[in-house]
Amino acid sequence: MSKKQKIISVGLLILLYAVVFVLEQTLPAKSMLFTVLKKGAIYALVAVSMNLLNGFTGLFSLGQAGFMLIGAYVYAMFTIPAVDRLNVYQYFDGGVIQFALPVVLALVISGVGAGLFAALIGLPVLRLKSDYLAIATLGFAEIIRAIFQWDKLGPLTNGSNLLRKFPTFDSFNITDADGNTVVYLSTFVPFVIVGICILLMVLLINSSYGRAFRAIRDDERAAEAMGVNLFAHKQMSFIISSFFAGVGGGLLAMYQTAVQASAFKSAMTYEILLIVVIGGLGSVTGSCIGSFLFIAASEWWLRGLDSGAFLGINAPGVFRSGFRKVVFAVIIMAIVLFYRKGIMGDREFSLKGIDGFIKKIFGRKKRAAK
Amino acid sequence: MSGTIEKRNVLRLKNLTMKFGGVTAVDDLSLVVNSGEIVALIGPNGAGKTTAFNCITGVYEATTGTVEFLEKLIPKGTTPDRITKLGIARTFQNIRLFKSMTVFENVLVAKHMRTKHNIFSSTLQISHKEEKRVRAEALDLLEEQGLIHLKDEVSSNLPYGLQRHLEIARALATEPKLILLDEPAAGMNPQETIELAEFVQQIRDKYKLTVFIIEHNMDLIMEISDRIYVMDFGKLIAMGTPREIQANQRVIDAYLGVADDA
Repeated sequence: MSKKQKIISVGLLILLYAVVFVLEQTLPAKSMLFTVLKKGAIYALVAVSMNLLNGFTGLFSLGQAGFMLIGAYVYAMFTIPAVDRLNVYQYFDGGVIQFALPVVLALVISGVGAGLFAALIGLPVLRLKSDYLAIATLGFAEIIRAIFQWDKLGPLTNGSNLLRKFPTFDSFNITDADGNTVVYLSTFVPFVIVGICILLMVLLINSSYGRAFRAIRDDERAAEAMGVNLFAHKQMSFIISSFFAGVGGGLLAMYQTAVQASAFKSAMTYEILLIVVIGGLGSVTGSCIGSFLFIAASEWWLRGLDSGAFLGINAPGVFRSGFRKVVFAVIIMAIVLFYRKGIMGDREFSLKGIDGFIKKIFGRKKRAAK
Repeated sequence: MSGTIEKRNVLRLKNLTMKFGGVTAVDDLSLVVNSGEIVALIGPNGAGKTTAFNCITGVYEATTGTVEFLEKLIPKGTTPDRITKLGIARTFQNIRLFKSMTVFENVLVAKHMRTKHNIFSSTLQISHKEEKRVRAEALDLLEEQGLIHLKDEVSSNLPYGLQRHLEIARALATEPKLILLDEPAAGMNPQETIELAEFVQQIRDKYKLTVFIIEHNMDLIMEISDRIYVMDFGKLIAMGTPREIQANQRVIDAYLGVADDA
């Protein structure tokens, strides 16, 4: 990437954040747009983390929901204000933790928690290949879900009860003395956090280690013969991917305002896998675009299909609860059929790409300067 | 071959045996490759040549026997990446490039283990100097190999001959002392084979390498080898200079078969 392109890219990113900021100040806070932006950002983070493992390292893991669960719980456990603990942990005498950490620190710890679990289960599990790895990680996610609901761990996890009253996205808003919101930041701050996390992963992918990961994906035996320590690099990729899934889990807890282990089903992993595949395995921007499209479609655009009217067509008989999912499934099948490698393939959304696309359309065959 | 005695040996296999269940793929193989030599390992299909390579590079753990590199024993269970780090590079019978990566990146991967940064300093670009050094080295190598104009091509888009060339260049990037070439001339036409023969000798001289080569193309082998080992059914059946091997009746029998009365 040339210097000019770099500057333009950074400029576009700043513009994006500025637009989010301005929208948040002007549109009503309850607008569906913000639901999509918040949840989309969280899913983008988790999708990129899954892509790091599945798309860039070639390890087919299905443990993402498990790591998100760990992240969400760790975040919640460490941030519920001490005064509310007796209320939240009502069956466990207020629980064992009696302090609250700052939000950002707690998010980092959620990632570390998920990363630690990944390090532990990685030892046996990463010696498996392809489908076996997927089954083992899926099993792990299910076990985690059961363990976190275990009554004996109640003083920590509140058993199968909700964890709540921890700081949410709304606590990023700046309020005046009377409690009126002066500056809305409940979408902007999550965007910044997600942005930093994804930036870190992009830097990793483009670093020497990222190249080693991609080498493993392309040909394990050749990578090994080139001096890449397979186990160490797989382990690194697994831990880092889980770290960011954990951070994503913490953010999801903030978004949902309450956490319960039973919500982190394998269906959540499949949603993320779907985003990764639709966006393109091995494309960071694909995962981001895919995630916002997926959330927008499932939470917003197709809502009408469930509630009687869609695109001005009023057909309560057909557009009943659940019809949305039928249409959604058809759309996804169409995408998979026509874009076999996802929207982006393994390419990235870039200025050079747009430039090339425009030149292709206008039939100018002159290639951009080397 | 009296001249080889005082030379340091780079590779020594002692009674190497590799069994897969009931099949003995390599049977009591002992051989020596001396510094600066080009030594060939030949034999009919299924003789156990590639298995021997895989034992040397740690892909398989030999059932019995030992491998010594630079007169030091390579301990059992040493993984391929560590063996590469010691200084043994290899190419594969079927080309194994990193297909989705560019020519430049393929070479850079081979440099990864020679860098002194960790995952944090590398990601956060604190160790930018290391990355710069490695890139410069990789570019130099591509320049020397005449592949520099292809540096941004995706490796799977290269024509077959260039893919072979890149695979060797990539192996050179690991800074080896010994390079194992597994059928480098497979699929090449006679002209390309002649070029390959020159190329192997060139890299031996230029990078002060020792070359251990498996090949079926006899013209190539007879042209470049200092010494030849011949395997058949896992066993070593002959060794000597190209001239000696050409005259060896057991070798001729192994390749052509013997009239069997039984």
